[in-house]
Parts: sequence; C-alpha cells; structure tokens
Amino acid sequence: MDNLFINIGHWIVNLVMSLGGSETLGIWIMRICCAVGILIFLLINVIILVYLERKISGFIQERLGPNRCGPFGIFQLFMDILKLVSKNTFVPGAADYWIYCLVPIVVFIPTMMIFGIMPLGEGMTVYDSPVGLLYYFAVSALTTLILLMSGWAANNKYNLMGGMRAAAQMISYEIPLIFSIIGIVMMTGSLNLNDIVYNQVDHGWFIWRQPLAFIVFSIAATAEINRNPFDLPEGEQELTAGYQTEYSGMRFAFMYLGEYVALFAMCWLAAVLFLGGWDGPILPGWLWLFIKSYVFVLLNMWVRWTFPRIRVDHMMKFNWKVLIPLAIANMVVTGVVIKAVQFLA
Amino acid sequence: MNDGLWTIILFIALALVLTCAGIGVSLILSPHYYHSQDQLETFECGVDTEGSAWINFRIGYYMYALVFLLFDIETIFFYPLALAFQSVGLFPVLSATVFLVILCIGLWYEWKEGALEWK
Repeated sequence: MDNLFINIGHWIVNLVMSLGGSETLGIWIMRICCAVGILIFLLINVIILVYLERKISGFIQERLGPNRCGPFGIFQLFMDILKLVSKNTFVPGAADYWIYCLVPIVVFIPTMMIFGIMPLGEGMTVYDSPVGLLYYFAVSALTTLILLMSGWAANNKYNLMGGMRAAAQMISYEIPLIFSIIGIVMMTGSLNLNDIVYNQVDHGWFIWRQPLAFIVFSIAATAEINRNPFDLPEGEQELTAGYQTEYSGMRFAFMYLGEYVALFAMCWLAAVLFLGGWDGPILPGWLWLFIKSYVFVLLNMWVRWTFPRIRVDHMMKFNWKVLIPLAIANMVVTGVVIKAVQFLA
Repeated sequence: MNDGLWTIILFIALALVLTCAGIGVSLILSPHYYHSQDQLETFECGVDTEGSAWINFRIGYYMYALVFLLFDIETIFFYPLALAFQSVGLFPVLSATVFLVILCIGLWYEWKEGALEWK
C-alpha cells in the first residue's frame, strides 16, 4: 500500500517501454498522468472543502447547513455548479474587457504550478526541485498580481478597494511567512521539500523544534490566503465581495476555486514543513500527509467561523510590529543555538 | 533543469485547459440575451453608478509596497546563508550579523518615522 502510486507510475513507464517507446517518453507520459491525476484530486478536494465549510459553519452557528439535495446535502455543490454554468455570462460595460476576461482563466495557474513540486508522499513528487521552498513562495506571490488585476479591471469601487487591500495584506504578510521558514532552512541545510521531510523523519517534527516559527507561520499563512480573521479584502459587510464583486457565473466559480485550492496548498505545505510530511505509523505515507493537511484545513475552518474580522490598521500594525520582529528573533535564536551546539560538540 | 521547466509548463497548460473549458462550456450553455442595458452597469449596492473607479488611489498602499520591496530583497539575501549555515565559519556569520543589524536599524527607523502606521 505504501508504494501504491509509485508502482502505478513504474507500471505506466514499463507499459510504454514494452510498447516500443523510449524511457524518456514513458517518463513523460507518466508525468502527464500524474498532472491529470493531481488536477482531478484537487477538484475533488475543492468539492469536499466547500461542503465541509458549509457544514462546519452550520454546526458552529447551530444551524443545519445544506440538507436538501441528496442525503445530508452532499449534492448541493453539484447543483450550484450547474447553476453557475448556466448563468448569463457578460462583461460589465465599464470594465477593461481583456483583463476582466483574463483573470478567471489565470487565477488557478499559480496554485496548480505549486503542486508540480509538492511531495504528495514518499518519493511521490512530480518534479523534485532542489529549490522547492523558494519556488513555492515565488509562485504563490503571483496570486497577489492576479487579485490586483481583478480589482482594477472591473472598474468597480468595491473591486478596487478589495484588490488594493488584498495586495497590501498579501505582500505584507509574505515577509513573516518567508522569515519564519528560515529557521527550518538553517536546520535542514536544504530548500528541497523532500529533504526537509527526511530531516524531520530522522530528528523529530519541526512543530516541536520550531514552535515560534510554527505560530508565526500559521498566522501569516492565514492572512496570505485571505481567510478569516484576515479576510479584509472580501469583507462581505463592507465591500460586498471585495475583488470578486463584478464576477458572476462560471468566472466567479473559478475565482472561488482558486481561493480554495490556495487554502489547500497552504495547508499541504504546513503539513510538509511542520508535521513531518509522510512520517507516521501503520498507515501508508501519502494517507498520513493527506490526513495531516486536513487537520490544518479543519483548524483553519474552525478559526474562520470563530474569530471576528480584525480592523485594517490593526492588521497592518500586527504584521509589521509583532510578527516580523518575532520571525527575525526566531531566526537569530535558531542561528545562535545551532552555532553554540556546534561549538560545544 | 529543462525537465523541471517542462513539467511546470505541463501543469500551467493543464490549469489553462481546465479554466478555458469551464468558461467555454458556460458560454455555450448560458443564455445570450440582455434584459436591458442596466445589466451591464457597474454594481454599486443598487444605486446608480457614480463615476469611474479608475481614480488616483491613496498613497498608503504604495508606501507599504516600497517597504515590502526592501524587506523582501533582504529576506532573499538571507536564504543562501541559511542554506550553508551549518558549514560556514565565524566570518560569514559575523557579516550576516552586521547585515541583520542594519536591517533592524532600518525597521526601527521606519517604525520611528511612522512608515508602518496605517493612516
């Protein structure tokens, strides 16, 4: 069971080779199968996430949540997709036509690119990049640009304010996010996500070895993916829906999809960095990784429906005057401890 | 190197195929009529739209972007050192400390001058 997907990959390569193809061709066909598989996996996950979000919010607010379509309302989302697909698609007259149409098409790309290098289990990385961690932050930062595009293109005041707030918030919280990871990079000596997991398998999970980094990371990550209590860019009570106000129908569905896949990717990264990746007894590694990322997803939903939204000046102050000094302090302490241990040993 | 590049291009292409297919299907299935010209109006909480949103925006956001730019570059400078941190000697660590001190002075100066306040 542990090597289930790896064996399937080998089987595909061998199948292509036995049909007369070269090994390179086999590997590429395997990669295409992996990519399609990951895409389907992500879509199924988004369906589960949206359903979970509604049910959990219902549970926390003491109501039922969706319960009409099918048993426990599990077909609700399919009905919603059907509704969104058949909605009138139009571009607002005042909008910038090309950018407005481009945003829903590209909004899913950064998070999909992330899963090209993400370990999905032991030895289950489509491309094992030596600079995976840096690549993650570089690519996920592209989302900021897309949100800013959607904010500007629609020519709507709510869109503009939402987009600007999203840009300010995401670039600000990127700094503690990146700084908090430096401690892990110092202890591992590698930016490769697989190396980081192997280090944790050998020496213990980073949630115990870097507790302060974990706290800073989880707060900054929540802000980075625009979830409560940091969902100022789309604060429903003040900005209608923020940067996605003018989007309707299938375009709105893709904006939503991008948001949920970004949440899932961030939880997956947190599981890889802090909860030891595929490390765990009895169950196969990929299942452990999946369970751990879902722990973070559920934690995120719990936080989202429990905390009130914070004020924009408090959010900025908290980032620049609390999180960044904390992250820098964590980095300094880690460095001093590493050098002191080396000096004493 | 090339391997990684093509893998990422494969992922980008897949994401594009998904979104283009979704929007294409919705273009085919959805109705193609407009009830009135009002449907194309920009949304503004039910009242008539007043002016354009493409206006000069407040400078506070721009200031944060500037501060972010400095900090982000400084963060990137720390990564090579962090990678090699276990094997380097005293001199690189000391130079990094000097760099960090300058960074902290910069942060303190921004703090003091009120660049971090949301006004």
